[in-house]
Amino acid sequence: MTIKEPIVAHTHGTEDGTEPARRDVLFLATGAMGGVGVAATVWPLIDQMNPSASERALSSIEVDVSAIEVGQQVTVTFLKSPVFIRRLTDEEKAAAEATPIADLKDQNAQNALHPDDSATLKHRLVDPERDFLVMSGVCTHLGCVPVGEAGDFGGWFCPCHGSHYDTAGRIRKGPAPTNLAIPVARFTDENTLKLG
Amino acid sequence: MGNIPQDHYEPKPGTATWLEDRLPIGGLISHLQNFPTPKNLNYAYVFGGILVLFLVIQIVTGIVLSMHYQVGDEASFRSVEHIMRDVNGGWLLRYAHANGASFFFIAVYAHIFRGLYYGSYKAPRELLWIIGVLIYVVMMATAFMGYVLPWGQMSFWGAKVITSLFGAIPLVGDSLTTWLWGGPAVGEATLNRMFSLHYLLPFVIAGLTVLHIWALHHVGNTNPTGVEIRKDSIENVKKDTVPFTPYIAIKDLYAIVVFLIIFVAFTFFAPNYLGHPDNYIEANPLVTPAHIVPEWYFLPFYAILRAITDDLWIMMIMPFDAKLGGVLAMFGAIAVLAFIPWLDTSRVRSTTYRPIYRWWYWILVADFFILMWVGAKPAEGIYPIIALIGTVYWFAHFLVVLPVVGLIEKPLALPETVEDAFNKKHGINDQVSTTGKQDDAAALQPAE
Repeated sequence: MTIKEPIVAHTHGTEDGTEPARRDVLFLATGAMGGVGVAATVWPLIDQMNPSASERALSSIEVDVSAIEVGQQVTVTFLKSPVFIRRLTDEEKAAAEATPIADLKDQNAQNALHPDDSATLKHRLVDPERDFLVMSGVCTHLGCVPVGEAGDFGGWFCPCHGSHYDTAGRIRKGPAPTNLAIPVARFTDENTLKLG
Repeated sequence: MGNIPQDHYEPKPGTATWLEDRLPIGGLISHLQNFPTPKNLNYAYVFGGILVLFLVIQIVTGIVLSMHYQVGDEASFRSVEHIMRDVNGGWLLRYAHANGASFFFIAVYAHIFRGLYYGSYKAPRELLWIIGVLIYVVMMATAFMGYVLPWGQMSFWGAKVITSLFGAIPLVGDSLTTWLWGGPAVGEATLNRMFSLHYLLPFVIAGLTVLHIWALHHVGNTNPTGVEIRKDSIENVKKDTVPFTPYIAIKDLYAIVVFLIIFVAFTFFAPNYLGHPDNYIEANPLVTPAHIVPEWYFLPFYAILRAITDDLWIMMIMPFDAKLGGVLAMFGAIAVLAFIPWLDTSRVRSTTYRPIYRWWYWILVADFFILMWVGAKPAEGIYPIIALIGTVYWFAHFLVVLPVVGLIEKPLALPETVEDAFNKKHGINDQVSTTGKQDDAAALQPAE
């Protein structure tokens, strides 16, 4: 019954149907090469939307913090986003320390310099010996800027969708998933804070 | 072109024939002009024409506005004020464009809810419907990007919040938002690409509209009875339909005039009524407006986004947090529309003949407006609860009510033909009865 059809055999394998024919190999190899070519062509069109070199260059700033009093907050712009620099009062520190870690929605410090540490006040401060809380002013929900000294926990409150942060900038209530992020921040001397 | 029998186009000898032999554009125009349209269409069917007009209005006003608009951190806001104060008639063009977007959405919502009422999505119009859903999605993207361009406070923070939605996607979220922004946060790079895409997408809508109308002309319009027009012979087609021109064209034009009167009244007398005063404050990346709300046409879906919070039991069993949950709910609320053709199990199209579904339909309409109202309220007090109930109903309507009611409901008796329904409504006792059946009158009686 079998009728030999050499053309079919060439495109779909050898006559016994097990080994790929030379034409199959050529077909697949050409197709794969074409796919690579398309991907290589499309990539620059996609990658052009990533941050340009001029955007990436602005990655560190220094801030003079000598004028900031206890209980005051200064907002600086770092990487196009607000960064809060606040000197916590004793009450705010006490409130933050009194909160058990188990009560926190996000128990990670979210500190770029302490990536694996728990969200204690100590791990949130730039220098545990000093009262400077330096953190991103970008709500971790959808990016609005929270308002200071507001909300149910005396810290920050995001007006957009109602996220409440405590005095250490930790998320306590509302839709935000994580604590306000702490960027890479160090004191280079007594009064100079370096971000980035 | 379509599967509805239609008089064949015979070009006149000479130029018309010469052209037709090379490019059959005369045949296309003739097809569009004489397209057999059900003769019982009511005013719910005028919004398609209005939408085509508004697409044209938006493209024309948009192109001339772009002749004066500049992109840039300071340039954008300044150039919009320049358009408002200095460009000849610039205020009119900008107000027409801004209000045009709102009226475009009024028409599209009316068009969608007409489709839902008369079952316009049911076979064989599933693709027609899905192309429509795609147009709606691209419209929303276009409107959102356009709202960013004046670079006021609402522009900036709207852009920030909406692009941040993509940050909720696991693993790639952060890289994706950075890619969308072209920087560490929303900035000039973001604004620039939004302008580029805002100019591009309307032409995508225009292309999709061509497909939408092509599909429509292939399967033919629905009509308020949901009964298909007879397509077996050109004589029967003529009994059920009228040629688009002049009958439907004039009716559409009348509706367009009425709609335009309202549109123009807003443009001239209340041009900022549908906008937000905060957008006349230049974008400030350090201060979020106290009460940030999207444009009215996004409010129902914004309410759904905010309705999902971590304290819901459903979020406690989900493997992700409320941020992603809200985003999924919002996009899901739109995506579910694409599946309606298969979720509706009813045998009849038109809600007119569906005694049970009719109630649920109007609950859906009310739900839509309640979500719109609650989306504009702050997320505190009673409002989150209302938003949550509205959200649950939105999904329940499509995923539960639509399949279940279709199975348990006994529809009323349908008219035999469009012509019968038309004659009965208008008291025409046509001696040359079309169906030739004795029980025509009986068929029109609602069954119990």
